Amino acid sequence: MRELRDLARRLLEEGSVQTVLGWEEGPRGARPVFVRRPEEAERLIFDPRCVHNLAAYLSPRRPHLKGLGRIAICVKPCDAKAVAGLIRETQVARDQVVLIGLRCGGVLPDPEGRETLSGETVADRCRGCPDREPRLADHVVGTAAEGFPGPSRRQQKVEELLALSPDDRWRFWQQELARCVRCHACRQVCPLCFCEQCIADKTRPRWVESSAHGRGNLAWHISRAMHLAGRCVDCGECERVCPGGIPLGLLTRRVAKTVGERFGWRPSDDPAVPSPVGTWRPEDPQEFIL
Amino acid sequence: MDGEGARPFEPRITAFVCNWCTYTGADLAGTSRLQMAANVRIIRLPCTGRIDPMFIVKAFERGADGVIVSGCHPADCHYNAGNYHARRRFAIFRELVDFLGIDPGRLTFSWVSASEGAKWRDVVNETVDRVRRLGPFTAYRELVTDPPVTRVIGEEVPA
Repeated sequence: MRELRDLARRLLEEGSVQTVLGWEEGPRGARPVFVRRPEEAERLIFDPRCVHNLAAYLSPRRPHLKGLGRIAICVKPCDAKAVAGLIRETQVARDQVVLIGLRCGGVLPDPEGRETLSGETVADRCRGCPDREPRLADHVVGTAAEGFPGPSRRQQKVEELLALSPDDRWRFWQQELARCVRCHACRQVCPLCFCEQCIADKTRPRWVESSAHGRGNLAWHISRAMHLAGRCVDCGECERVCPGGIPLGLLTRRVAKTVGERFGWRPSDDPAVPSPVGTWRPEDPQEFIL
Repeated sequence: MDGEGARPFEPRITAFVCNWCTYTGADLAGTSRLQMAANVRIIRLPCTGRIDPMFIVKAFERGADGVIVSGCHPADCHYNAGNYHARRRFAIFRELVDFLGIDPGRLTFSWVSASEGAKWRDVVNETVDRVRRLGPFTAYRELVTDPPVTRVIGEEVPA
């Protein structure tokens, strides 16, 4: 923590950045903070409650960072993949932002979490995560830590659902999606949902019905999962913020399985790796086409 | 009208086809007087690369029982690469909707060139047979069961 605060202070003092985006202690656990003065660097924290993927603020469509000068942003290794995604899709230029990489040993599911980090309490997405050391970073701070073994429960649930009949899967998802109130929190929190105009907001024609009924909800979640194909870094933020507790990560995981198996793609912190949608190979498998 | 009820079930199939290959192929099937099922409504688009997966979702919302997406064979795209992009997109889409419980048998993807009128007939007949066996897609239509929100002003609200 000392190391992080000293680095933030130094960056602000020397004027190489005007804002450091990190986490602070809030009334209900860790929360994002914009540090603008060197003496405020003492507010910064990093511990297993720092679950938020701050890369979401980097999207050029979001107003939060406008006029705040050059930004340094704290990234866990998984967050760095989201930043890489934004660079890959030319939403952010690499030299536009200073990345403070944090060595990570897994986080809790919730920023309020009071539990100590263990194999039982760790966030599901951290199970089997191979990334301890941020590679896409200008500065790396923190102490090295052990990870937690996989597979994640989410991954197991995807396999369980795949073993069911289509009708049973339909019933499962209709029950889950019935709790969707279309607040679009999943979209707002996602670092890679960066369309200038969201298809869900288009009214001519109305592609995604705005009412929170089964038909509109299904259209929205199909559309969201499709748009995140080859983009989702499995940071789990959509699932964390969903007020209905819908297991949205299952959909993005299912899509990730397809792009992984068919196109050999895994979320990467290397912006030079081409995206699996928007590129193609002549020899792509096409066993499903007559 | 649903086409259900007293009359036997006739599947309603929406086909999204590319202008350059499959549409011309379907036209050839017609001018060649090939007999095929009359359940397909064709929507012509410039390229399979133009077909957003939401088109398919919209077709189901509007009462389709099955959907065909068809375009040029690989290496034959009029725009060079539209069908390659579409192939990746629909590989992902197909497995996603299957995961959500939509039987992938309701979806047909095919390459039909301008000279393959007979192949188009086979694609249509096979899809219609398959969807006929799956039955009407009532599960999708029943997603919205609320009564319509509009009613004649002044009319009694039914108890």
